[in-house]
Amino acid sequence: MNVKFFNDLVEISEKTGEDLHKVILNWEMLDTGYSSEKLIENTSKLLKVMEEEYASKKDKAFKTLVNLTGTNGKKMYNYVQNAFVGEKVFKAATIAVTMAENNASMGRIVACPTAGSSGVMPGVLLVLEEYGIPRDRLVLSLIVAGAIGKIIATRASLSGSEAGCQAEIGSATAMAAGAAVYATYGSAKQVSNAAALSLKSLMGLVCDPVGGFVEVPCVKRNATGATLALLFCDMAKSGVESVIPLDEVIDAMMSVGRSLPESLRETGKGGIAITPTARRLIKGLNDKFKISGD
Amino acid sequence: MISIIDVIGPSMIGPSSSHTLGAMRISKFVYNLFNSTPDNATFYLHGSFKDTYIGHGTGLALVAGLCGMATDDPSVSKADEISKRSGFNYEFKAIDLGDVHPNTVKIVATKDNLSHEVIGSSVGGGRIKIISIDSISCNITGELPTLVIENDDVPGALESIVRVISLNSVNIAQVSLSRISKGSKIANMILELDDELDNSIIENLRMLKIVKSMIYVKSLNYAS
Repeated sequence: MNVKFFNDLVEISEKTGEDLHKVILNWEMLDTGYSSEKLIENTSKLLKVMEEEYASKKDKAFKTLVNLTGTNGKKMYNYVQNAFVGEKVFKAATIAVTMAENNASMGRIVACPTAGSSGVMPGVLLVLEEYGIPRDRLVLSLIVAGAIGKIIATRASLSGSEAGCQAEIGSATAMAAGAAVYATYGSAKQVSNAAALSLKSLMGLVCDPVGGFVEVPCVKRNATGATLALLFCDMAKSGVESVIPLDEVIDAMMSVGRSLPESLRETGKGGIAITPTARRLIKGLNDKFKISGD
Repeated sequence: MISIIDVIGPSMIGPSSSHTLGAMRISKFVYNLFNSTPDNATFYLHGSFKDTYIGHGTGLALVAGLCGMATDDPSVSKADEISKRSGFNYEFKAIDLGDVHPNTVKIVATKDNLSHEVIGSSVGGGRIKIISIDSISCNITGELPTLVIENDDVPGALESIVRVISLNSVNIAQVSLSRISKGSKIANMILELDDELDNSIIENLRMLKIVKSMIYVKSLNYAS
């Protein structure tokens, strides 16, 4: 089973009538020797980590490593009843920010697909769970998300230092949008469309962390990812299609990533990282972090 | 071949897979060399590790690894306090190791009369590459159980070691050989294996005449 494109999986599912997650489980077994039972079991453990971490930290302020973030999740948690965008979307964004602040304070996270983008998937999955999607379905949806991520990892990249933030928050959003479609019983084609719409809308997003630390703007971009994932889930399920298919969007994303200058690929040397305020913040931090020379 | 579980995971301590998780895996490899927490260690930080040791928690992750903590243990962030209580002493120093990956650390650790020196790089996504063990160059990931052997440099040395391992149906994934000096007649061998070795096999290897010393390092167990 030689799968190079996400569309290969969609087509097999459509032709055979087999559920998309089953096609993916078969592919994974042939590709890596990972049995379906083991993959489901380990995916369920990852979901459990997301559930436990959010449950224990949802209304807490964090002391992060460089203190540029840490209280945003708590602020949003206390505001949710007032949110004009609606409870579901705002909760997803709140969870995403909280989990990203948990990451920035050396909490336990699930790197899905990376540590910097680790808030997006729990943002989407935990809201789906709160609004009645069965846990078993969420586990299968997380596996579908994994298949999207695996195709991105093999055809392109999931790394900010290689292809910019589009490869991290962009990929996380595509994966979460696909998961949301699958969780809410959308079709394989809709999964693919939601992922394509996500990656297209975040194409070109640069990786420009202040001081190189995973806080600014990373933490709040997790809210972007979770919000867009839910939006594109609904758009795809309403019948909106991506004119450019997912696999081509993935290739385009990599080509954009290759043409990004190094200053915009996780070096802290471009974008918002070199604004006057960022420079001032970093100057204060640098003196604190010096170690003895050799 | 990348697995779906590696894409949607692992569960780890933040904030960065290369600066936190990778760093911790390198020092966990050293922990596994001793099979316990050493008494003293010096972490020589190269390249971007030098800049991230506080802001990315690289320092805490390195300490936590040598304390033997799991890579997703929430107390990694308190590794400095925990190590103090257990009497483990360490220091951080800056170093220029030359033409190596920017995220590289040299760890020199001692316990009782035993001392080890390991150089490892965190090469992205939490994956690591150990490039030197006790001055023997190598290129291992830590994902597989590893044997580090010092042996007599005589004909048939490799064969007699391989025979013991393969008779026990364990497959060898990678071998690297090096000679300390032709005059000394001592050579080094690093073998990565597909499965963990039973104690009895390890003892059989130790009893071989040509084996001067041997260290067995367990797999870092990436999947768990």
